[in-house]
Amino acid sequence: MSTKNKFGALGVFAVSYLAFVYIPVLFLPLFSFNDSIYVAFPLKGFTMQWYYEAFQSDGLMSSLKNSFKVGVPVAILSTALGTLAAKAVTRYRMPGKAPVMSFIMTPLVVPGIIVGVALLIIANMIGVTLSLFTIAIAHVPMCAAFSMWIMISRLEGFDKSMEEASFDLGEGAWMTFWRVTFPLILPGIIASLLLTFTISFDEFILASFLGGSEPTLPVYMWSQLRFPNTLPRVLALGAMILVVSFVLVYFAEWFRRRGTQIKTSSGV
Amino acid sequence: MVDRSLALPDSVAKKTTGPFQWLKSMYLRSEPFRGYVMLSPTLLIMIVALGAPVLFLFVVSFWTQHLLDFTPGFVFDNYITFLEKGNYQNLLWRSIKISGFVTILTVLLAYPMAYFIAFRVTKNKLIWIILITVPFWTSYLLRVFAWKIILGYNGVVNSGLAELGWIEAPLEFILYNPFAVVVTLAHAWAAFAILPIYVSLEKIDRSLLEAATDLGDTPRQRFFRITLPLSMAGVVAASLLVFIPTVGDFVTPALVGGPKGLMIGNLIQLQFAKANNWPMGAALSVISLMAITGIVCAFLWFTKRIRTQDL
Repeated sequence: MSTKNKFGALGVFAVSYLAFVYIPVLFLPLFSFNDSIYVAFPLKGFTMQWYYEAFQSDGLMSSLKNSFKVGVPVAILSTALGTLAAKAVTRYRMPGKAPVMSFIMTPLVVPGIIVGVALLIIANMIGVTLSLFTIAIAHVPMCAAFSMWIMISRLEGFDKSMEEASFDLGEGAWMTFWRVTFPLILPGIIASLLLTFTISFDEFILASFLGGSEPTLPVYMWSQLRFPNTLPRVLALGAMILVVSFVLVYFAEWFRRRGTQIKTSSGV
Repeated sequence: MVDRSLALPDSVAKKTTGPFQWLKSMYLRSEPFRGYVMLSPTLLIMIVALGAPVLFLFVVSFWTQHLLDFTPGFVFDNYITFLEKGNYQNLLWRSIKISGFVTILTVLLAYPMAYFIAFRVTKNKLIWIILITVPFWTSYLLRVFAWKIILGYNGVVNSGLAELGWIEAPLEFILYNPFAVVVTLAHAWAAFAILPIYVSLEKIDRSLLEAATDLGDTPRQRFFRITLPLSMAGVVAASLLVFIPTVGDFVTPALVGGPKGLMIGNLIQLQFAKANNWPMGAALSVISLMAITGIVCAFLWFTKRIRTQDL
């Protein structure tokens, strides 16, 4: 088969598909530099005004801080939980493993609104005030499920004899973990930290139900969508979130797939 | 597999009596026990922050709301309201239809893309995979928001076409209808469909494809007899990953759907906002969850039957 044949119609489709996925989103950064309050062609000229205004806004800066206050602890906790769970299911043979794993993975498929509503009712019943803490509680199961998924693909190719060798050479369980296991799974852990942070940072539905008076960045953005005259500022904000998320995710994916590239069991 | 730690516990177990020592010896002796100990923190948080609240949702759906207070009880008022109100049922039905269309569209578009990466890309495969995975992890709200500014009355499409002189007045039919919801959701969930299909295609043993060719299959026959059946698991997973979350979506309909494109998620959200009838909202959530579960089971049963018939 020649290279030309290899690409062919399918290659054209693939490139158009990528265009379909990426181009709509690129309109956000494009219009965020446009010197007009209206999001419409023709473009009027280049301006940084909307970015300047975005940073001047108190609401935006405090919601940005809130997003970090939620995202960082959630990423650390859910990565710890996901790694432990992934290690358990890949290391030990256990009865009932399949149903337990599906249970842990449920947050990936249950519609967000249902989880949000359920947690809102519970919080109300037991008298917990809605705050950043309740948002974080809501984010942890979802992020832990993603983390477990990432770590399983990292641990599937894990060579158990490495740990056994360490035991045979007289190391205890703790030192074996730090000197053998941890360095081997470190790329997966970094990827998991970055990806779970991004998910929590971008998450809107749970945060909107459980945030109370403390909005995270996406919730703040949503509240600003109602006012047409702040739209360009929201575009600037969206463009920045987009760039930061893309950079984080790109690094995460690079870390995650380095070394295990094209191994089919790595499970994407 | 011989576990090293197994050598230790027998002697320990004989000497000890207390419950703590018993647990310790169990830990050392039993592999499943150790596994579950390691899983327990994750399981605990899943039960506390997900399982229990969703179960409690069922309980609250039988309560009623009087002004600002709930009346606990076991009455079917909310379910009866749902059955009496035709527009509630229409909203659920519309949500299912919209999500169904979105699922079909995303899977049909994703399959060739996944196929391309699995079978045709040889160089820089990693770059392709990263390119399709990045949107998967990034802001869903922004992807939906992008379509609002694209399809808006004075949005990218309308102003662009006017600028080119192709239209006189803005096209009103492109925003605020179910069609806009379908397009936006299909775009927002595109990445979720590619990944499972790609994994299932990548796992196919290439020698099976060679065997089919050697035995005289044309590429088309080979695709329908080998590749497609073997990748069905990925197609099924992709369909569920797109269908289930989109049924409950309220962001997309709220931003681009207009009155005719509203979905059940908007109605649920309303019960917790302006309408302030939480038990009704809980009942609507339960009904949606039941409907989704029913459809998913039917779908799984159906695809399983097709797949076993093929063999």
